[in-house]
Amino acid sequence: MSLTQSDSAAVAGQLEGWSRPTMMEPESEGELMEVAMGPHHPSTHGVFRMDVTLDGERVMRLRPVFGYLHRNHEKIAEGQSYLASMPYTDRLDYICPLTNNWAYALAVEKLAGQEVPERAEYLRVILGELTRFQNHASSIGFLTQEMGAMGTPLMYAFREREKILDLFEELTGARMMVNYMRFGGCRVDASTEWLERTRKVVAGLNKFTDEFDRLLSTNEILMARTQGVGVLKAELAVNAGVTGPMLRASGVNYDIRKVDSYSIYNRCKFRVPLGDHGDVYDRYMIRMLEMRESIGILEQALRDIPGGPVMSPTAKIRGFRPKPGEAYGRIEAPKGELGFYLISNGGPNPYRYRVRPPSLINLTVLEDMCLGVNVADVVLIFGSVDIVLGEVDR
Amino acid sequence: MLGEGILKGMAVTAKNFFGSYFSAERLTTVEYPEQRIAPFEAARVFPFLVFDGADWEAGLRCVACQICEKECPPKCIYIEKSTDKKPDAVGKLQFYPARFDIDISVCMSCQICVEVCPFEAIKMDTEFELSTDDRFGGLLLDRKQLAKSNEYYHQIHSTEAAGVDARLAAEKAKADAKAKGAAAAKTAAIAGEGA
Amino acid sequence: MKTVEEIKSAIEEAVPGAAVEIAPNPNPALPHSLRIAADNMLAAAKFLRDDAELKLDYLSNVTGVDWPESLEAVYHLYSVEKKHGPVIIRMHTENRTDHVELPSLTPIWRSAEFQEREIFDLYGIVFTGHPDLRRLLMWEGFKDHPMRRDYVAPDDFEYEPTAHDEVLKRAQAHEAALHGQSIPGQTGTEAGA
Repeated sequence: MSLTQSDSAAVAGQLEGWSRPTMMEPESEGELMEVAMGPHHPSTHGVFRMDVTLDGERVMRLRPVFGYLHRNHEKIAEGQSYLASMPYTDRLDYICPLTNNWAYALAVEKLAGQEVPERAEYLRVILGELTRFQNHASSIGFLTQEMGAMGTPLMYAFREREKILDLFEELTGARMMVNYMRFGGCRVDASTEWLERTRKVVAGLNKFTDEFDRLLSTNEILMARTQGVGVLKAELAVNAGVTGPMLRASGVNYDIRKVDSYSIYNRCKFRVPLGDHGDVYDRYMIRMLEMRESIGILEQALRDIPGGPVMSPTAKIRGFRPKPGEAYGRIEAPKGELGFYLISNGGPNPYRYRVRPPSLINLTVLEDMCLGVNVADVVLIFGSVDIVLGEVDR
Repeated sequence: MLGEGILKGMAVTAKNFFGSYFSAERLTTVEYPEQRIAPFEAARVFPFLVFDGADWEAGLRCVACQICEKECPPKCIYIEKSTDKKPDAVGKLQFYPARFDIDISVCMSCQICVEVCPFEAIKMDTEFELSTDDRFGGLLLDRKQLAKSNEYYHQIHSTEAAGVDARLAAEKAKADAKAKGAAAAKTAAIAGEGA
Repeated sequence: MKTVEEIKSAIEEAVPGAAVEIAPNPNPALPHSLRIAADNMLAAAKFLRDDAELKLDYLSNVTGVDWPESLEAVYHLYSVEKKHGPVIIRMHTENRTDHVELPSLTPIWRSAEFQEREIFDLYGIVFTGHPDLRRLLMWEGFKDHPMRRDYVAPDDFEYEPTAHDEVLKRAQAHEAALHGQSIPGQTGTEAGA
């Protein structure tokens, strides 16, 4: 029954270019050095290890090692109700808890056939785009930090992020672990004062983005370090399942907000920035441009938000038992495609609960991008993938 | 000109640096613990039990229905029901918790216990300076430590508490009206029999 | 995009003799999936990826499922070029004990690389043809497969700082078994849960 090695090798042989990268040939005569970058490392965005084999400063081989933050979220979810998993989704990609909540709520609503009122959809979009803005700003900040900018752009990004986190705390009760979306809407309604304050914050975001752009985009050091580094070709990106700003930086026009048109994104006018080269500079620029598009979506949503309830009257908090079935719900999270695959057997707990982690799958091509570059660039390429270990390891 | 981008960037940092002497927008540091930011009304840290009136034991709203214990995701609540009953806010005889422990080293502040409580008995506190050096019991709060008055609840979450009070008053009025109606029907029946 | 029935006939046409059946979704409002026999899966997957009309060039999600009789791998396919999807294909092993091999789809979609490693790690499905099949999330040398429903967590609670009640008993028993001693206060010589 099982395929023989020669069969799959034959198939693989036909598919040149999709095989895994082989170790490079060293140029110098000396020994190769194996360095473990991580898990205790300031630039690995969490507990993550890369075993790099170096010839001098050039990378010959790179093996990522995962699992340092593995908390078995999927098995925990099998043992508790659907609602009880919602606070755990906050802790997946802990920089963007609201989009995690949203993806999970979307998947469960698909599974149960649950309707969501219009005001709740607008609130979800507002909070989702605020999350995207602060995620991209922080990601750029961390990238410059890894280039040696000693924290200045990072702290500017965090200063803006504080305003957004204050908005989250006022609405949901917590700055980060929000536990805000529910199956059928949002937990708590936003008051008119909150919407006014959000409008004020959003009005200041354009000025911040301009300043941030002026600080970084034409900086010669940044351009020298990032242009041409870590190039990812479009075909490899698509085949390797890369999504999000990394895919669009390679020139592939695939944004789930446009493709699936979930929630009320079909009413929002926004553009999808695409990159030409697929290098680190393009990924940085895509995130900068997406920040501007997010501001546009926020202004539209804040202008058009209707009144009404934020929870569907048919939604159940306790005793929620969706009919047997399976559903896959996905959104365009700031890191890529975040999907939840749920199998229900009619009981209060899910039978199978799977998180499709964009950060882990984006790392499939890490070795491809890093072969032949210097060790210092490995840190940059890794930073441009923009991962969060909570999502990689779950 | 080579270096123009860097100079533009330096102009931005200079603006921020010198601007921080003049505008609070640029200097956002709050020197905690000497300065503190006023907490938001909706902020939540760990749960507490609400009691009405002066006596925390008699006025505790919790009736040990154990719904919060069941729904709590990390299972940090431990409840033991009492064997006797005592009257609650509307006068009905209810159980009360003989033991109500929350392990706040496990609690993840998700607030699901507050959402599912049908009796408005458990609410979220805003006290976060709870560090202790007693690692084996210091973070296990029992019902005496958890019980805080309704006045305290009004202090930390004023609009929410006002809403809760209105809801409970409405429930009490409904229960009173029903009881009065039943009593009036009873006296009418007795008067009818007597006549 | 074609319906599930049309895709089924297209696969049967392209891969003669392929055993493809529609696995209905218990909730009829949600998309159905195609169950393909493990022997035909590689050829069927290549067809799905390269067919001019379907062009399913993007493998989004690979999931392992533990059913009572077998283990299953579910693949969600989308098309970046045509912007349609999902097409859900699944294959299951013969049983959960000794025949747990399935062909790996990594030669066709590279995004399966890490996800199949994770399923091997957590469920125990051996993907033949995978270029680098080893554990992903658990450490090397870890035995057993944690996501299976019959997984029993080991008793090494040495790391538990505030063990009490049941956990304390099991931790003490584990320690004792480790060092071959008996524990005072516990009857019987059977140490270790």
